[in-house]
Amino acid sequence: MKIRLLDIAHARSGDKGDTANVGVIALEPRWYPVLAEYLTLDRVREHFRGVITGPVERYELPNLKALNFLLHGALDGGGTLSLKTDAQGKVFSTAMLRMILDVPDDRAKALGLPGHKEWPTYQRSPKE
Amino acid sequence: MSKSSIPASGEKIVRVASGQGFWGDWLEAPRRQVEGGDVDYLMLDYLAEVTMSILQKQKERDPKMGYARDFIGAVESVLPAVAKRGVRVIANAGGVNPPACAEAVRAVAAKHGVSSDVRVGVVTGDDLLPRLDELIASGHALANMETGEALSTVRDRVLSANAYIGSTPIIDALGKGANIVITGRSTDTALTMAPLRYEFGWGNADWDRLAAGIVAGHIIECGAQCSGGNCLYDWRNIPDLANIGYPIVEGHADGSFVIYKHPHTGGRISVPSVSEQLVYEMGDPHSYITPDVIADFTSIQLEQAGENRVRVFGIKGKPPTDKLKVSIAYRAGYKAVGTLVYAWPDALDKAKLADRVLRERLERLGLRFDHILTEFVGVSAAHGPLAGETHDAPEVQLRVGVRGGDKAAVERFTREIAPLVLNGPPSVTGFAGGRPKVEEIVAYWPALIDKSVVQTRVEVLS
Repeated sequence: MKIRLLDIAHARSGDKGDTANVGVIALEPRWYPVLAEYLTLDRVREHFRGVITGPVERYELPNLKALNFLLHGALDGGGTLSLKTDAQGKVFSTAMLRMILDVPDDRAKALGLPGHKEWPTYQRSPKE
Repeated sequence: MSKSSIPASGEKIVRVASGQGFWGDWLEAPRRQVEGGDVDYLMLDYLAEVTMSILQKQKERDPKMGYARDFIGAVESVLPAVAKRGVRVIANAGGVNPPACAEAVRAVAAKHGVSSDVRVGVVTGDDLLPRLDELIASGHALANMETGEALSTVRDRVLSANAYIGSTPIIDALGKGANIVITGRSTDTALTMAPLRYEFGWGNADWDRLAAGIVAGHIIECGAQCSGGNCLYDWRNIPDLANIGYPIVEGHADGSFVIYKHPHTGGRISVPSVSEQLVYEMGDPHSYITPDVIADFTSIQLEQAGENRVRVFGIKGKPPTDKLKVSIAYRAGYKAVGTLVYAWPDALDKAKLADRVLRERLERLGLRFDHILTEFVGVSAAHGPLAGETHDAPEVQLRVGVRGGDKAAVERFTREIAPLVLNGPPSVTGFAGGRPKVEEIVAYWPALIDKSVVQTRVEVLS
């Protein structure tokens, strides 16, 4: 089943020099294992191909039901050097959430993951 | 210990309120934090990576400048709470001139007739600019942490150099009775950790508690960004952002703490809102390095402990390194950004044609830049190619930026935007702002230095 990351996660991004960081957090704690399994280094690297010039790092924070990605070479030099509108990497968060993950149907159904047809559904207020 | 809050249970708590997340943050916030309910400390964070260089330029023009001037207004707005109710203020507003900042604060206290109630603590020693050549000569390369280049390659263009300092000098100032502590380039997190460490008497090797203080600082250092501001999670339903409450740490002796806000304020403090702030500007979560301690963000536990209250506990820390990070700023050429707006139909195609025309003219003029960047706002400025192309956009803003070492070339670029209105593609508007301005680029050079080299000093003026 095709799952849009926006429907199962929220995110915040920021900068450190020319590196953008994107923290991705499961909307419901029980969905974190899906992030941990399917939001891989390869998928993120592929997603941002042509957008960033450097390597990607990935860290797991199971305590916060979150993953942290460092996207190097993301900000046109970063800080004051950057000519980008988003020189501080503030909206890499929602750029990440555009990603579509392939999750096996039975797993997605068992976890109650919102599928393709339910888009857009972000207004809802998931239980904490 | 001056002041503490002992609830009925007998357990001491210390409340540190965040009143400013950056220089330019909401002017109302400091006053609202001291008037909305009881707090013990007000923490104000003013310094971003390049702020020090801006302040250094101001100090060169006027030796009485070089600090965050907003802070003086903030102090004035909270003066009754400081002078009469015992609230203490800790801020890194001193920039490159903490003594001048302290004098301005004392002048405000005198104006309001409360000089005898205000004791200003000044922390100095972070400024390495006067010592830079001596440091390089004695073998401190101050190599760029990202590129590895030695500082000598840009030495003649350096504007400011400041070591990030930790909680110890702030604690010294509190111990000497200061009720307003002004620092230069303190770490943002030290401004929160210092009063917790001071009040609870945590030892300088009490790694877990020190790390907890750092995590508390990280959560509130960006002001309302943990209490519902810039919060993606359920953003439509976050109540009353116009009246948003800034966060407060309710610290406990064991290192656990609660993030909350004053009653009758807007925003929301929840596990998701605090989680978003925890991952903000995060590097390797196992090693959040500060001068005092290395905090492990994978140890942090969060739980909702009531409405707009999140309890944070379980934090682990380990000893810091023997280095301090140094924030160096240097002149790195010039830049300018020009914009025009193209309207439907075919807005994107018109903007793209204008970009090609502009670039061809720059080429024919023989202008050389290190970099030219074109963005189409409304189509690709935020997410680039990930957004796909919308060919039926009602309007598109063409945004072209250039940077380079040749100021004359950058200036000439700024003259090439407006002519496109009459001699380029049609349906164009949005040029009323006039010619773009040329800005000098002051770039950031992060480096490390041995801790033993940096000696901080604390003075309390009364």
